Amino acid sequence: MAQIIHRSTNLLKPVSVAVSATRHLTTASTTPITVETSLPFTGHNIEPPSRSVETTPQELLSFFRDMVLMRRMEIAADSLYKAKLIRGFCHLYDGQEAVAVGMEAAITKKDCIITAYRDHCIFLGRGGTLMDAFAELMGRKDGCSKGKGGSMHFYKKESGFYGGHGIVGAQVPLGIGLAFAQKYCKDENVTFSMYGDGAANQGQLFEALNMAALWDLPAILVCENNHYGMGTAEWRAAKSPSYYKRGDYVPGLKVDGMDAFAVKQACKFAKEHALKNGPIILEMDTYRYHGHSMSDPGSTYRTRDEISGVRQERDPIERIRKLILSHDLATEKELKDTEKEMRKEVDDVIAKAKESPLPDSSELFTNVYVKGFGVEAFGADRKELRAVLP
Amino acid sequence: MAAMLQSFGVASASVAASDHSIKLPAFAGHSLAVIRSEARSISSPIRGTRKTGKVATKAVAAQAANPASAASKPGHELLLFEALREGMEEEMDRDPRVCVMGEDVGHYGGSYKVTKGLAEKYGDLRVLDTPIAENSFTGMAIGAAMTGLRPIVEGMNMGFLLLAFNQISDNCGMLHYTSGGQFTIPTVIRGPGGVGRQLGAEHSQRLESYFQSIPGIQMVACSTPYNAKGLMKAAIRSENPVVLFEHVLLYNLKERIPDEEYVLSLEEAEMVRPGEHVTILTYSRMRYHVMQAAKTLVNKGYDPEVIDIRSLKPFDLYTIGNSVKKTHRVLIVEECMRTGGIGASLTAAINENFHDYLDAPIVCLSSQDVPTPYAGTLEEWTVVQPPQIVAAVEQLCQ
Repeated sequence: MAQIIHRSTNLLKPVSVAVSATRHLTTASTTPITVETSLPFTGHNIEPPSRSVETTPQELLSFFRDMVLMRRMEIAADSLYKAKLIRGFCHLYDGQEAVAVGMEAAITKKDCIITAYRDHCIFLGRGGTLMDAFAELMGRKDGCSKGKGGSMHFYKKESGFYGGHGIVGAQVPLGIGLAFAQKYCKDENVTFSMYGDGAANQGQLFEALNMAALWDLPAILVCENNHYGMGTAEWRAAKSPSYYKRGDYVPGLKVDGMDAFAVKQACKFAKEHALKNGPIILEMDTYRYHGHSMSDPGSTYRTRDEISGVRQERDPIERIRKLILSHDLATEKELKDTEKEMRKEVDDVIAKAKESPLPDSSELFTNVYVKGFGVEAFGADRKELRAVLP
Repeated sequence: MAAMLQSFGVASASVAASDHSIKLPAFAGHSLAVIRSEARSISSPIRGTRKTGKVATKAVAAQAANPASAASKPGHELLLFEALREGMEEEMDRDPRVCVMGEDVGHYGGSYKVTKGLAEKYGDLRVLDTPIAENSFTGMAIGAAMTGLRPIVEGMNMGFLLLAFNQISDNCGMLHYTSGGQFTIPTVIRGPGGVGRQLGAEHSQRLESYFQSIPGIQMVACSTPYNAKGLMKAAIRSENPVVLFEHVLLYNLKERIPDEEYVLSLEEAEMVRPGEHVTILTYSRMRYHVMQAAKTLVNKGYDPEVIDIRSLKPFDLYTIGNSVKKTHRVLIVEECMRTGGIGASLTAAINENFHDYLDAPIVCLSSQDVPTPYAGTLEEWTVVQPPQIVAAVEQLCQ
C-alpha cells in the first residue's frame, strides 16, 4: 500500500498536513500484531485457516487510509452522478471496501484480478490513480480507458487488473483464461475471478469451474455475496445460497467480507491452495450500502433499518478504526484528520478531472482494430509484399 | 548458419525460406531448433499424405483444384483440411504462444481431422480438449489472449459458437476498444459452417451473417487449400481477433501448394477468373458453383469475371471496385440467407461506392430464408445452384 502514500504526497496539499502524515507513518512500526477475525471461517471440503491473522501497525493504518479513500471516492462519485457529470451506469462499492483492501494485502501485482462492473475500488487497490478513475467516469481522455470504456470498463494491464466487465458472469471464463495462461507460462501466480451472488447462477460459471478443476488451473473464484442481485434477494434467486458450497467437488470457504483481515487471511490461504491443488471458491459475505447502481435507490427491496443496522455493526472502516484505537496506534483526532485529508485529496482530483479535456473526435475510430490492421502478407517467393489496401 | 542448415540435408529452397521466416519472438532463444522443426513440419505432411492417401470423406468427393490459385512452382499436394493443419503447425512451431482449444481437437484429432497429430506433437495443454462448453472455453481463450497467448478456438460446427456469441461480441471484438487499447485479443476462431449434405437445420448455419456487425473482429472465408493455409497463418499472426470460416463440404479438396512459406493478406480478395462482361462476387463453397456455371457461360459466349471475396469483414472494395469499373455489372452469389447476409451488406457497399459505374442493378443470389431442411431435394433448393447462376448472368447481361 506504499502506492497510496506516494500518491497522497504527490498531490498538492498544505505542507503541514503532509509533514504530520509522514511523521505519523514513520513512527508506524512493523512490529507484528495478532488480530482475531470477527467470525471463524466455514470450509466446504477443506480445512479452514485459523482465525488469527498477523499484521503490523503500518498495515492497519494503510488499511484505514485505503478504505477511507475508497469510501470517499464512491460517495463523491454518487454526487457527481447526481450532478450529471457521470452518466450511464455507475455501480458503487461502498460497504464492500474490505474485500478489495484485504485481497490486495494478500497478493502481488503479478497475480491477476478480474471482476464485474463494481470495479472502481478494486482498480484503486490495484494501483489505479484517482485521476484515472474520475477522468474515466466523466468520459475524459485522461481516463484509464481513454474515456471510451466508462464506469464498467476500468483496466490496468501493468498491475494485473483485467477489468471491468458489463455482462454479468462473462468475466469468469475470462478469469479462467487468465489462470490458463498462468499455468501455460508456468509463472507461479494466481487469478482471482470475482463475481456476485447474482452472477453465481450463470451457467458459464459452472462451465468455467469444471474446466478449472479439470486442468488444475490456479484460479480462485471469489463470490462477493452482498445478498442482492440488483433487486432480487439471494433467497429468491438461488435454491442454495451457500455459494461457497456450489463448487461441489471444488473446495470452498465462507469468509466475513466486512472484515479486512478475514479477507486477507482467506486470500492468502486460497493462493497457496490454488498454486498446489487447483481452484477454490471464496464466498465473501459482504454488503453494499448503495443500491445496485445509481438508478436504484436500494430501499425498495430492503429496509432502511437493515442498511443502517449493517452500517452500525459491521462497517469495515469502523472495525479497523476500533482496532487502531484499541492498539493505541493513533488517536481519534489523527484518524479524523486522515479522513479529512482523504476527502480533500478526492475533491482536488475531482476538480482537476472536471477541467480535463474530452476525447478528440478522431478517438472514435482508434483502437477498434490494432493498428496495422491484419497482417503483412507475402507470397511463396517471399519477395513480394502484397499491396497495402487503402 | 545457412551452411550448418545445409549440412542437415535440408533442401536449399526450404533453407532460403526458413531462414527469413524466423521472426524471433523474444523467448524463442533456440533459433536453430526452431528452424529444424520447421523443416520437419514442412516435410512431414508430404510423407503423411502419401501414407494416408484416400481419407474417409465426410461429405463430398474431391473436386479438381482451381488452376488460378495453384502456385507456379512445383510444391506438394494435399487436401484442404491438411492445409489448415499445416498452417497451424507452422505457426505453432514458430511461436510458442500459439495454442489450440476446442472440443475433440486433441486426442481425437479434430472432428474434421484438422488438428490431427498436433496433440501428440505439442502436448495436451497446448492442444486442449475442452468440455462441451462453448461459452466458457471461448471466454477462456479470450482471457488467455488478454495476457499474450494466441489461442485458436475451434467450434466443432460454427453453429455451436452461437452459444459463445456474448464472448465473441463483447470480449473478443470490443475489449481492445473499451480498454482504451490496453489489451489486444489475438485469437483465431475457426470452424466449419455452411450447408452440408443433409446435416439438418441446426448444423447448417451461416454465422458470417450474424457476426458481420461485431466491431473489432475480422472475418475471412477460405475456399481452396492454398488460401486456407495462407489465411490460417495470417489469422494467427494478426493482432486482431479473426474469425475464419471453413466449409464442411470443402475439406477434401485437393490442390498442389508451394513448399515455401507464404502468408496471405486478410483483407484481399482473390481474382479467380478475369473477364469482361460481368463481375461475379462469391466466397467459400459458392465459388465452385460459380465456376461450374462459368463453364456453361463461356460456352454460351459470356466472359464472367469471378472474384472470391475471401475477406468478409472488411470487404476488399479496392479489388471489387476495379472490377465493377471494368464490367459495370455485378452478380453476388452467396450461401448466406437473403435477409441480412454478407450479400446484403456487399450490395449496399457497392451501391454506395460504385453506383455511377453500374449499368444494371446488382443481382444477389442467396440461400432461401428458411431453416435448412433435411430432405436432399429440399436442401438443394435452399442454396444457389449453377443453373440459377447462369440464368442470372443471362438476365443481367441483356
